[in-house]
Amino acid sequence: MLKPASLSLSAGECIADRGPSGAGKTLLLRAIADLDPNEGLVTLNGRDRSTIEGPEWRRLVGYLPAEPGWWANTVGEHFGEWTEALALVRHLGFPEETKAWPITRLSTGERLRLALIRALMVRPKVLLLDEPTAALDAASVAAVESLIATRIGAGLAVLWVTHDADQAKRVAHRLLMVEAGQVREEVSEWPAISP
Amino acid sequence: MASYIALNYWELAAASVFVFMNAGLSVIFSLRVHRSLLVAAIRMVVQLALVGLVLTTLFSVVSPVWTGLAALGMVLFAGREATQRQERRLSGWWSYGLGTGCMMMASVLVTVFALLTAVRPNPWYDPRYAIPLLGMILGNCMTGIALGLDTLTTSLVSRRASVEAQLMLGATRRDAAAPVMREALRSALMPTINSMAVTGVVSLPGMMTGQILGGVPPAEAVKYQILVMFLIAGGTGLGAVTAVLGGVYRLTDGRHRLRLDRLTAPKAS
Repeated sequence: MLKPASLSLSAGECIADRGPSGAGKTLLLRAIADLDPNEGLVTLNGRDRSTIEGPEWRRLVGYLPAEPGWWANTVGEHFGEWTEALALVRHLGFPEETKAWPITRLSTGERLRLALIRALMVRPKVLLLDEPTAALDAASVAAVESLIATRIGAGLAVLWVTHDADQAKRVAHRLLMVEAGQVREEVSEWPAISP
Repeated sequence: MASYIALNYWELAAASVFVFMNAGLSVIFSLRVHRSLLVAAIRMVVQLALVGLVLTTLFSVVSPVWTGLAALGMVLFAGREATQRQERRLSGWWSYGLGTGCMMMASVLVTVFALLTAVRPNPWYDPRYAIPLLGMILGNCMTGIALGLDTLTTSLVSRRASVEAQLMLGATRRDAAAPVMREALRSALMPTINSMAVTGVVSLPGMMTGQILGGVPPAEAVKYQILVMFLIAGGTGLGAVTAVLGGVYRLTDGRHRLRLDRLTAPKAS
């Protein structure tokens, strides 16, 4: 159970979300994405979430879970327009033929990167990432971090769950700690980076 | 109607030898089903004997109230059976209410339609026609709804990630649940479709066989059987569609979220 929490996230800002396993980090992201019943006031650019239909809200506030789901047989079927996704696909190290790859042959790391592209294709204002690089090699981690950094530079707001303290310092402007369902901002020993 | 060959109790007892034979095989091969086999056989005899008494009384009084009460009892019992056949049930009253409500709506609608347009007994609620017709439609409707709801709930649990992946990208609950819904409806309708496809070639349905044994000319018995198969297909389809749609409605909410918290824990195996 997540305890009452208050936080704000600006456009072009990234907050790292850290804490022990089972502390409530995923619950926090799911609550913001409105995937689980939750109470409280959530606003986006001054608009109350309750005035926005669920599907529209989730197009504005994207969520990438640690184990993304797939509903069709091949990669291409999960993307509306494959040609529009090609630039991102190549940036994250996939060939154009990835479109025809069966989902069952994808590794965990490939699934995570392709799901990230899928989430970015919707062009959300806010992106909630749940350990998006946990199963990736160093080169792929760098590619994902640079892609997200570019988007943050263009105004995307990101809440990024990570267990990697170094990654948190590389990608985030602020740090949020979640422990036993309690959310608090960590200010000590955190480099002051302006968004 | 032509005369039929009446059975006496000794002849029924002789046929029961095969049940005892199966029980003996269960003991020899350590199958451990002999007890449940004998209990089921005794239950069947007692239930049918009671039904025989009830039907005899019902047929003699031809009352709309008693016919309606008998139909209600059948529907309520079928609802209980459909609920018990599900691995994961909807919580609260939805568990019993959804299946039973859909079953009642579909089977009563289809039975009344057949009574008023095809069979046309006088009076239209004559229990000699209404009760057997409802029984056959209800039995198949119950199987279809139980299969449909069971497939829906187990698939939503096992494919939660794929349904939520679509919701996260802005899909509506209807679009996100559509593949699971189609699978549930296919499961619900498949027994009826298979049954229609092989009827008359692989199997002779019980009702038609019963009529022929009772002295009805085969051509007439076939007409009744075709009518019943159409009614079963219609009732099962209608019941399953409404039950599965109701299940999707209950297992999602107005914010287009998947609500698996509205399911009970799976049955202990």
